[in-house]
Amino acid sequence: MSLYESEDPDMTTDLDTPPPAPPAGGDPAPPLGPWRRALRGLASSPAAVLSGLGILLIVLAMALAPAYAKYVAKTDPFRSGLSAKIMIDGTRVPVMQRSTEGLGLGVTPIGPTWGPQYFLGADNQGRDVAARFLYGGQNSLFIAGAATLLCLACAALVGIVAGYAGGAIDAVLSNLIDMIWAFPVYLLAISLSIVMLGKSFDFGPIHLSSSSLILPIVIIGLVYVPYVARPVRGRVIAITNSEFVLAARALGIRPSRILWRHILPNVATTLIVFAPMLMALNIVTESSLSFLSVGVQAPNASWGTILQDGQALLYSRPVVSMAPGIAIMVTVMLLNLFGDVLRDILDPKSVRGR
Amino acid sequence: MTDPTPAAPILTVRDLRVSFAGARKSWNRVVHGLSLDVAAGETVALVGESGSGKSVTSLAMMRLLDPATSRIEGSITLDGHELLALSEADMVAKIRGQRATMIFQEPMTSLHPIYTVGDQLIEALTCHRPMAASAARKAAVALMERVRIPDAARRLDDYPHAFSGGMRQRVMIAMALASRPKLLIADEPTTALDVTVQGEILSLLKELQAEYGMAMLFVTHDMGVVAEMADRTVVMLRGDVVEEGTTEQVFRAPRQPYTRALLASVPALGSMAGEPVPLRFPVIDIATGAATPGTPLARQPDFSAPLLEVRDLVTRFDVRGGLLRRKVARVHAVENLSFAIHPAETLALVGESGCGKSTTGRAIIRLAGGQSSGSVRLGATELFGLDAARLRRQRREIQMIPQDPLASLNPRMTIGEALVEPFLEHRMGPFAAARAKAARLMDQVGLAPQMLERFPHEFSGGQRQRLCIARALMLDPKVIIADESVSALDVSVKAQVVNLLLDIQERTGIAFLFISHDIAVVERISHRIAVMYQGEIVEIGPRAAVMETPLHPYTRRLIDAVAIPDPARRHLRRSQPPSDLMNPIRDLSFVPPSRRYREATPGHFVRED
Amino acid sequence: MLAAMLSRLARMVVVMLGISILTFLIFFATPGADPAARIAGRNAAPETVAAVRHDFGLDQPIWVQYGAMMRKMFITGDLTSFVNRGEKIVPTLRAAAPVTLSLVAGAAVLWMALGALTGILAAATRGRWPDKMLMGLSMMAVAMPVFWVGEMVNLITQSRLHNTWAFSWVPPLGYVPFTESPLRWALALVFPWLTLAFLYIGLYGRMLRTGIIETYQEDYIRTARAKGLTARRVLLKHATRSAIIPVVIMFGMDFGVLVGGAAVLTEVVFGLNGVGRLTYQALKVLDLPMIMASVLYASFFVVLANAIVDLLCILIDPRMRRK
Repeated sequence: MSLYESEDPDMTTDLDTPPPAPPAGGDPAPPLGPWRRALRGLASSPAAVLSGLGILLIVLAMALAPAYAKYVAKTDPFRSGLSAKIMIDGTRVPVMQRSTEGLGLGVTPIGPTWGPQYFLGADNQGRDVAARFLYGGQNSLFIAGAATLLCLACAALVGIVAGYAGGAIDAVLSNLIDMIWAFPVYLLAISLSIVMLGKSFDFGPIHLSSSSLILPIVIIGLVYVPYVARPVRGRVIAITNSEFVLAARALGIRPSRILWRHILPNVATTLIVFAPMLMALNIVTESSLSFLSVGVQAPNASWGTILQDGQALLYSRPVVSMAPGIAIMVTVMLLNLFGDVLRDILDPKSVRGR
Repeated sequence: MTDPTPAAPILTVRDLRVSFAGARKSWNRVVHGLSLDVAAGETVALVGESGSGKSVTSLAMMRLLDPATSRIEGSITLDGHELLALSEADMVAKIRGQRATMIFQEPMTSLHPIYTVGDQLIEALTCHRPMAASAARKAAVALMERVRIPDAARRLDDYPHAFSGGMRQRVMIAMALASRPKLLIADEPTTALDVTVQGEILSLLKELQAEYGMAMLFVTHDMGVVAEMADRTVVMLRGDVVEEGTTEQVFRAPRQPYTRALLASVPALGSMAGEPVPLRFPVIDIATGAATPGTPLARQPDFSAPLLEVRDLVTRFDVRGGLLRRKVARVHAVENLSFAIHPAETLALVGESGCGKSTTGRAIIRLAGGQSSGSVRLGATELFGLDAARLRRQRREIQMIPQDPLASLNPRMTIGEALVEPFLEHRMGPFAAARAKAARLMDQVGLAPQMLERFPHEFSGGQRQRLCIARALMLDPKVIIADESVSALDVSVKAQVVNLLLDIQERTGIAFLFISHDIAVVERISHRIAVMYQGEIVEIGPRAAVMETPLHPYTRRLIDAVAIPDPARRHLRRSQPPSDLMNPIRDLSFVPPSRRYREATPGHFVRED
Repeated sequence: MLAAMLSRLARMVVVMLGISILTFLIFFATPGADPAARIAGRNAAPETVAAVRHDFGLDQPIWVQYGAMMRKMFITGDLTSFVNRGEKIVPTLRAAAPVTLSLVAGAAVLWMALGALTGILAAATRGRWPDKMLMGLSMMAVAMPVFWVGEMVNLITQSRLHNTWAFSWVPPLGYVPFTESPLRWALALVFPWLTLAFLYIGLYGRMLRTGIIETYQEDYIRTARAKGLTARRVLLKHATRSAIIPVVIMFGMDFGVLVGGAAVLTEVVFGLNGVGRLTYQALKVLDLPMIMASVLYASFFVVLANAIVDLLCILIDPRMRRK
């Protein structure tokens, strides 16, 4: 590939003959709908297949957390184990060791044993980092995934209402989107979480304790709504003014059916294209908020909270910070890679047409 | 023209083969061994329909194809240089913009939008021959004057968006002439332009070619343009040369069936003189060359009572701007339009881009947006007084066939779903009846009913237009508005679709409002013609009257500008001054003048100016 | 032109007003949020809470509180902290501003220069190894949380390799004012700059590369090539100039947000007492006046950056000059 003009061979061989040769009698091949074409495109892209498998593998690994804690590490990663001792090379070693730094007053948790127990060492409370890493991964992925769905749902609602209704409703919603956009995301997220985490959250019959995962999901899910709602609105407007919607109106199709059958399925691609990228963004956001201690709250773990635990141990036990950091990096890279392929396949902008 | 190669050829192409990289490292060949010569001062036309490989050939000659995904083999010799042996750096240093230059189809997108026209012209002048800034500027002004851009010195500092399409194409030509090339390749240079502007650009090219003594390779699909411009003609089909000869020979005595079929499908202005009713295109079998002459339309319109009556139709759009997005101007897209269509009649609405003909079509079914007023009566129903629900039901009676069939089919619905949907929405019967009708209509428009399970992208352009026709027919409409419905189709496909429309009219008695810029097609298909200019009808009357005795000066200009596919009837005037179409944007205070029409002969009205 | 600028200005004021009201509502009207209880402390008696409420004027109607706060912030300038009583908000903010500005401005120069280089180089070598390498790196840069990159940088430069020749010059974490010593200012900021810039180099490099490649599909690029321009000139003058416009828009937004305090993570990791950290700390202790001031400060920069970007676009892209 290079930057030069690349002629689409399809365009040059079309002399009013349909692209695929019509099956001559017999069993016709099933028609390829846009969705199945997209799936086929994904399946034929090595980058998409590999990154998809990678993501699946990470999710599966994290799902094994309880089994790992129970059968391999034989520990409860949510209880502090300051006085625990483990066997290494036949000797019993305390998990919290005398500090070798400074005056030797404090204690330093044990480093990686590379064995079944305390594989990645312990944190400041003597908990098994490897087990917490897996549990934390569960939470990080769950929060990011749920927040992605929430964000897509809200953005779809706002974008579709604004784009389809137009007029005053659109003006109000668009200005609101712009305003929230002008608000730095991290400050907004921190503000929301501080207010909500301040004490437990009571709103009518809903009661959420501050350690609930719902709060970070809601916060992370909401802050990126403008980023998705704006392009969704643009897409809805484009489709509403498209030739085929005009044709549907000229045919006398009911407005509700036009919205449901003609506009929404075509907006869906925009939302799907956003999903992996948003998921990646949410993983980073979750870790940042938890790092600032305004995300996931104790005793729950996430990759972000482990990074926060690791902050104090950065120079003595860097592995506590390195493991979740690398996990985040790999997961986000895989998601972005997958997202890139997905966008190339689904985004009409990348489809060349004259 | 008696001597086809007056001098040694400037450009010699031998056995040119072009392939593109396909899936799994295969190569798809799209040009199979093309050979041609172009001599200085000579024009050779490369003609073909879409997919013939003509544009690819022209890009290959400039080596503008991506070397990573394309392969060019054979030999291209230009002025003593073997182009396929040159390095990319040598192409830049010796060929492109020096010995050979090129102009393209889309003047609207071919100029860089963020540099002034002057910058781009001066760049073309100086990139091969360094010169002082003031000298370059002077040379640029001279070039702009040479291509007849009015007020050249001042317009040099304008950006492309301030120029109309025709003016931009003039700038492109000026840029191509900057280095006094030996060869000018023109790739569909007038296809995107209005017919009057096309005439001007063609005559300008002819004139400049004579002056500069250039060889010209003219790539086009338009047989009228070929007849007007070319000394010799090369006809291509799916990457092969099927016929080659002097333009006279090719048009007078085509040897190959394909060429004959192609020429038979080309509507020629004036060929309908003396024909009383619309006439189908003759059909020629490409394989055997056997010709079936076109039959005239058997069904006569019923002029006893109008079916659709439009009175004083006005459509305006506000232009907003400034601090509070207030109205600052108004587009008078349609002004005081009145006409009637009768059962089984075709009324054609002709005009150039921006004249309001498409807006008229949409305003009739109240889909134009903006503010519309006036009266549209369909039988006894006044459409402009209906509420949304009744209007929706009423839309059954008037259907539309769009210009771009692919865009007007929902990509996520199968053809079956798309056809059945309107039938069910209007509660015309149960699902089984809808399916049966859809299958029957598919058959009527010449497609297999099994294709109902397919998606729009699996069809070719002509098939998609047939699908749109079938979809419109699902509702048994009384009137069909065909908005540039055949304009984007290849000539042979265009002829087939026109024939299909005539078949449908003969069978069902549907009335057509046929909106088009293509006067030659209009002449073939219509009973009456209305000519639109700047939102108003300037002339309306029976087809023969309007075409043979045009009364309004604009109608005459329009008819004169059409290139006729007959080299014996070359008629484009040389040294035409450029005419820019006026846009219909007016101040808010603008009051449209009241118009009077004179009835020259019965039913033939012309605006009194 | 004047009308356009006035309209911009009016819009700026409206957006900032909206943001201030939004912030105020988040802290006062969110269910479950009771600022008085937060200020009074975890186990305060109800009387204490009531006293605090009265003391801080939190028992007045919301719009009165809002008005009073705005008046103190902009007119009298004597807004004081709820938490560190007596601490004046405006001077505190003024002291933090140069730290953030130094950090962000330096990083911005780095990321614009390197981001542009990355994008152009990758586009020019599309599909070959420099492109693959640069895009791989960019993908990594985008995937790493900025605070984690900062931690890893600290781990290397402050701890593991600090005593080697490579990093022994790295000063301890913290900020040195430019007026005190320009050299030490720069040395202290080298790694914060690199850390912050890393992410954006990746983002901008990818964006510019995509933009250039898309621009190469335009008809006007074909015109430029047919004119006989060299490949380099087509790339730099014709393709990059068009593709850089969205990058400039993005830059304006990012710069504004970061100066306004979104660099909080970098500031925290490198111990820089900038606006972001100030805001974060105010948020943690729910110091309402400080929160309001810093949020308004942040939104001011965002809105200003947007206005400047609009102006810049008009300069770069003549199509936007129409009307």
